[in-house]
Amino acid sequence: MTTTTTPIYVDEESAPRQNGGAPHRRRAYSRTRVGPLTYVAMTLISLIFVLPLVWMLLTTFKTESDARSIPIRIMPSEWTLRAYKLIFADAANPVYLWLVNSFAVSVLHMLLVLVVASTAAYALSRMRFVGRNVLFGVLIATLFVPGFIFFMPNYLTMSTLGWLDSYWALVVPGAANAFGVFFLRQFFLAIPRELEESALIDGANSWTIFTRIVLPLSKPALVTLAVLSFLGAWNDFVWPVFVLFSPDKMTLAPGLATLQGAYTTDYPVVMAGAAMAAIPVLILYVVVQRYVIEGVANSGLKG
Amino acid sequence: MAGTMGRPTLRHYRPITPYLFVAPFVVLLLTFLVFPAIFGVWISLHNWDFMLPGKPWVGLQNYIDLFDSASVIFHPFWNGMKNTFLFVLISVPFLVSIPLLLSLLLNKKFPGRTFFRAIIFTPFVLGVAVVGVLFGYLFDPEVGLVNGLLSGLGIGKIAWLTSQPQAWITILITTIWWTIGFNAVIFLAGLQSLPEQLYEAAELDGAGRWGKFRHITIPGLRNVFIFVLTTTILASANLFGQPYLLTHGGPGDSTTTAIMAMTNEGLRGFRMGTAAAMSYLLALVLALVSIANFLLMRERK
Repeated sequence: MTTTTTPIYVDEESAPRQNGGAPHRRRAYSRTRVGPLTYVAMTLISLIFVLPLVWMLLTTFKTESDARSIPIRIMPSEWTLRAYKLIFADAANPVYLWLVNSFAVSVLHMLLVLVVASTAAYALSRMRFVGRNVLFGVLIATLFVPGFIFFMPNYLTMSTLGWLDSYWALVVPGAANAFGVFFLRQFFLAIPRELEESALIDGANSWTIFTRIVLPLSKPALVTLAVLSFLGAWNDFVWPVFVLFSPDKMTLAPGLATLQGAYTTDYPVVMAGAAMAAIPVLILYVVVQRYVIEGVANSGLKG
Repeated sequence: MAGTMGRPTLRHYRPITPYLFVAPFVVLLLTFLVFPAIFGVWISLHNWDFMLPGKPWVGLQNYIDLFDSASVIFHPFWNGMKNTFLFVLISVPFLVSIPLLLSLLLNKKFPGRTFFRAIIFTPFVLGVAVVGVLFGYLFDPEVGLVNGLLSGLGIGKIAWLTSQPQAWITILITTIWWTIGFNAVIFLAGLQSLPEQLYEAAELDGAGRWGKFRHITIPGLRNVFIFVLTTTILASANLFGQPYLLTHGGPGDSTTTAIMAMTNEGLRGFRMGTAAAMSYLLALVLALVSIANFLLMRERK
């Protein structure tokens, strides 16, 4: 599963120029020009992916009766902010707090992953030490173990540490993940050692080399890992549903389940909650779309 | 320079430095992955009722109970396993074939294809919670958009969430919409890593479109295909959020999955011993899938 190959990039323009590997100027099957039919097909397919989200947003501005009208009413008969006002005023379901909690948890988780994964990946890509192979073995083994076997024991650990119903239950355990380490290690291995050696001759130590040379050169990989970890924490559902209980400690994902239970068929309110959870990640996705897709594409070519 | 290959073995760090670098990660690894993997086995050998002070040793009883049709956990466990298996069976063919077709479509060179790729991937950046409540509304039998559109076509009200097989179909459609962008992007990366020279050579040998697809694309995608197949089976076996939000495991317990049965037992009923035993049994089945995949990938190399 772990390889020592250079990272493979989907878009050659974003591959790191300095890695010395040949850019992947390969495009299979691509010399046939496409006709208008392809555009029609792609547009129709795209609509399938976009329209449900548009429907969600439109619904948030509807009155409850508009959202329940038969036959279906596409545009609101009157535009209203009632749903948003409600979710921000409801003390039993403080969505604004969930939004804050989701941000805090996701940012903290992202920072923790970046720190622990990058330091470990650097040691594993550049240093030899006793126990290195054992660590590798354990890391690979974790890839074969499904996450749900940790639910019971980690729940008890959370209880012992007093972390149930707190940020820490969502921030920390998930950072013990081999993906980030393998992902960054592959990238670090592609950085030419000569750069580090010249710094060494200038008297730099490992930490200086790591923070001043390796990390700055790894910006694309770090951004990808940061975004994927942020999304992972933001969207995590099963674990938060069980380790968070208080309305003021919830994040948006488990919060939506309680909101759905509280407002059942008042769909503008439920959709407004969903929009609160969707809009930040959609904005993030628009900004860093390339990094997300490359990170995912890479994972498939590792094997 | 020390080495001839541009890889000098110059040692620029103290012996303790590597350990300082890996320490933060190793602490997390030991606490939240290695320790619980073993502690979980220990839990599964006890009557580990979270609410009770005493947790008596029961040996393999929790595992035996799972196979004993007279025990109370027998039905929930095997019902969950059966439903999970059913979902893997019905979902994986769609979740693999649709993305493969999409990736072939996107692999043509045309302006805007990166844009379409991004659009198709969009639902995957949303969490299951957003997707679950959104599709709960779309498939609402009374006021949902789906029945609204169908009634325009003269089709009567369909109980998407409270009858079978509609409930599974709803969960299936929701899962397809949410996740196929992920597999499509992986297939597309696989297609783009196939060297164009092969296609050119095949063309010179007079291969047609189908010939090229059959003899270059399919063999070239073999490993990517196995990877996608494996991750998709595992993801479908982990089904939780969609039935939790859409059908609440119903109607009856017909969409209650293995993970739902396990969390109901361990994290709602707090009988963690049986829940841990359930988790290991399910993990064992899934490990066989992973190992089969690993061997398949190896065979080729």
